[in-house]
Amino acid sequence: MSGLGNIRGWLLAEVPKSKWQARGQRFYIGWLAFRANPVAMAGLIIVAGLVLVALLAPWITASDGLEPDLPNRLQPPSAEHWFGTDQLGRDIYDRIIWGSRITLYIVGLVAIIVVPIGLVIGTIAGYVGGLVDSVLMRLTDIFLAFPRLILAMAFVAVLGPGLENAVLAIALTTWSPFARIARAEALTIRNSEFILAAQVQGVSTVGILTRHVTPLCLSSVIVRLTLDMAGIILTAAGLGFLGLGAQPPTPEWGAMISLGRQYLIDQWWVPTVPGIAILVVSLGFNLLGDGLRDVFDPKSGA
Amino acid sequence: MTDAPLLKVEDLHVSYNTPTGVVEAVRGVSFELGREKLGIVGESGSGKSQTGRAILGLVAPGGQRRARRLEFDGTDLLSADERTMRRIRGDCISMIMQDPKYSLNPVMSIGAQIEEAFLVHRETIRQEARERTLEMLRAVKIREAERVYKAYPHEVSGGMGQRIMIAMMMIPEPDIIIADEPTSALDVTVQLQVLAVLDDMISERGMGLIFISHDLNLVASFCDRILVMYGGQVVEQCLAAELDQARHPYTRGLLNCLPSLDHGQDELPVLKRDPAWLSAVKVSS
Amino acid sequence: MIEINHLDVVFGHGHKLFHAVRDLALKIERGQSYGLVGESGSGKTTVLRALAGLLAGVARVSGEMQVAGESLQGQNRSREFRRRVQMVFQDPYGSLHPRHTVDTILSEPARVHRLDRIEDRVVQALEEVGLDASFRFRYPHQISGGQRQRVSVARALITDPEIVLLDEPTSALDVSVQAEVLNLLMRLKRDHGLTYVLVSHNLAVVAHMCEALSVMQNGSVVETMNVKQLRDHTPTTPYTRQLLTASLGYDRQAIDAFEEFA
Repeated sequence: MSGLGNIRGWLLAEVPKSKWQARGQRFYIGWLAFRANPVAMAGLIIVAGLVLVALLAPWITASDGLEPDLPNRLQPPSAEHWFGTDQLGRDIYDRIIWGSRITLYIVGLVAIIVVPIGLVIGTIAGYVGGLVDSVLMRLTDIFLAFPRLILAMAFVAVLGPGLENAVLAIALTTWSPFARIARAEALTIRNSEFILAAQVQGVSTVGILTRHVTPLCLSSVIVRLTLDMAGIILTAAGLGFLGLGAQPPTPEWGAMISLGRQYLIDQWWVPTVPGIAILVVSLGFNLLGDGLRDVFDPKSGA
Repeated sequence: MTDAPLLKVEDLHVSYNTPTGVVEAVRGVSFELGREKLGIVGESGSGKSQTGRAILGLVAPGGQRRARRLEFDGTDLLSADERTMRRIRGDCISMIMQDPKYSLNPVMSIGAQIEEAFLVHRETIRQEARERTLEMLRAVKIREAERVYKAYPHEVSGGMGQRIMIAMMMIPEPDIIIADEPTSALDVTVQLQVLAVLDDMISERGMGLIFISHDLNLVASFCDRILVMYGGQVVEQCLAAELDQARHPYTRGLLNCLPSLDHGQDELPVLKRDPAWLSAVKVSS
Repeated sequence: MIEINHLDVVFGHGHKLFHAVRDLALKIERGQSYGLVGESGSGKTTVLRALAGLLAGVARVSGEMQVAGESLQGQNRSREFRRRVQMVFQDPYGSLHPRHTVDTILSEPARVHRLDRIEDRVVQALEEVGLDASFRFRYPHQISGGQRQRVSVARALITDPEIVLLDEPTSALDVSVQAEVLNLLMRLKRDHGLTYVLVSHNLAVVAHMCEALSVMQNGSVVETMNVKQLRDHTPTTPYTRQLLTASLGYDRQAIDAFEEFA
């Protein structure tokens, strides 16, 4: 308890004594504001739950959800099979749990690809301006102009179906709004006096972009990313549903709905349970994004 | 100069509830305003703007106004309902803010906005309103009144915008004008020209002015009487002409730390803040 | 120390063209504090920015500029120039990066110019501007406007410059804080033998700080004088006279005599 008290004291100390303490304090104050927002906390709990379930999958499931068990096919929810079984007799609960790993994999991989691309293109366009800006933004416009799922389908059609290709296709269709946001932020930052000050110090353009412009663009990009997660999951599910994403027997939630849809009338649980899983996780990311937006709001001083 | 005071303020408090506790922005301000120019001077955070707003009941969300007495021309503003307050804000007490850009509607021509003010406050027909509007623009020394009438707010300069605001505020013929840093964003010569317009209108029509500013020299030369605020309190009240004999150490400190145009100094005297000022007794002369 | 001849700065094109500075000449001696005075739009800040090389890609700049024997080419500035010439900006809330601690802000110029003993320099610079070590790891939003402006001054001192360009360094501050910052600037100038170029609309501040000044209007210098002329109220041009009268405070009679200078 006293250890915890010490950490709290360190985080709230009037005078930070190191760079790390200063950063920790800023983070902690942001966390306090975030914690006070019940909706945002609900989002965080859902997302944290998803991560936890994905990590613990081997210990909280009875099977890997891949082996068919035809005698037990299409069993309704029961004590033995909480969410019932599907058309091949696989336990839906197990498949949902293992599927959380795939969802996280998709979401994580898309984020890792999309954020750097968006930031680099957006900040360069916004800060450098002129012809560079025009070229980069027209490129962005081209990607923005296509409907997301259609473009992703086109990519998958070229690259071939599969989870990795679906992720790549989603990333290619998702980065453009991030570039737009980063550019909009960079445009306002470009004219501030602290950028002029950095120029006077002799900081190089790359230095200004990485150390001065990007950190300020990052918060709105992260907020947008969490809000977009729902869309990414749904697009992945949509590709899965169309048979262009994860291939059977991978327990991807969208593919599960797709294969289960013919049983909707008589064995409703087969497509409904993965549907609910998608809904809950999308909602979780959206709530988290809203909460982060409040915390990152410059007026809050965090 | 003054007969019966227009406005009586006694023990005015404004406080805000913040996550870290209650912040008292104004702590027991009392004054009377006649048909005169009263200056309220102070540095940022002194509570001068809060005082001006609180008179009109304009307190930001989370804020509270208390006073022993707050009276305009016999009307108790503390117990007045929203309808009475709206009438008073419209017809009797006007407020001029620092930046006219935020007070003017950007998609409406200036003439139309002033005319509307006429039509709301006076029962006039449109043709007459137009003539009165042009007359008003000329009264605030706008030379090309016809052109400005048709212009939109973004097409005029800061000084012109502030003149237009003055014109609009004068239409209901209020008894009191509260001007919160009305010229701080303007160049010094323009600032004085705008103040001259305000000054002439006030003395012609016998109004009372509360002039809120951070500029001690300007207030001393423009106003009749001065309140100096510090930490939400009035620390000194004096006639503008007698400011150089001010006695409160804060006022003295403020006067001394201004660089002089006329003689050089190696070092400017620095204001040393005394915590006792926050609970100080008022000095008046 | 600084010599400018035939400086022209033009913003924009076509009907949005704005000639901000016209054929301007300035000569500033080593160790001087030189004031550039004018109303908004007079071009005083633009001159400072042209000198600092901050107008690349923003405006077209032509003319000859020489700083400490170095002839400046366009808006490109050498690394050495960046070390020798520093700048303090007007807005203490805008000139410090909101996500950087004071420590990061102060060590950046030292890192850029590959100076040694960065830590010592940061601590020493803070001390020189009258801030104790407790400010080192704070963020700008945690300190007051006056303290921020001290941090800006400290940042300008890190590289041990010879020239500091001051762009309205106190106009956003309360008068009591202004006095502290002006005293600080005066002391630093004495201690480090700095040359100042001070841009201000406040004649009293210029009279206090500078030995000589130029009055600008519509992009041109209308009058150059020494501080004695200013203090004696003996300017020679009508524009400066009017500016001076206006600086003395509100005087109803004097205002009627004001002219429009175009």
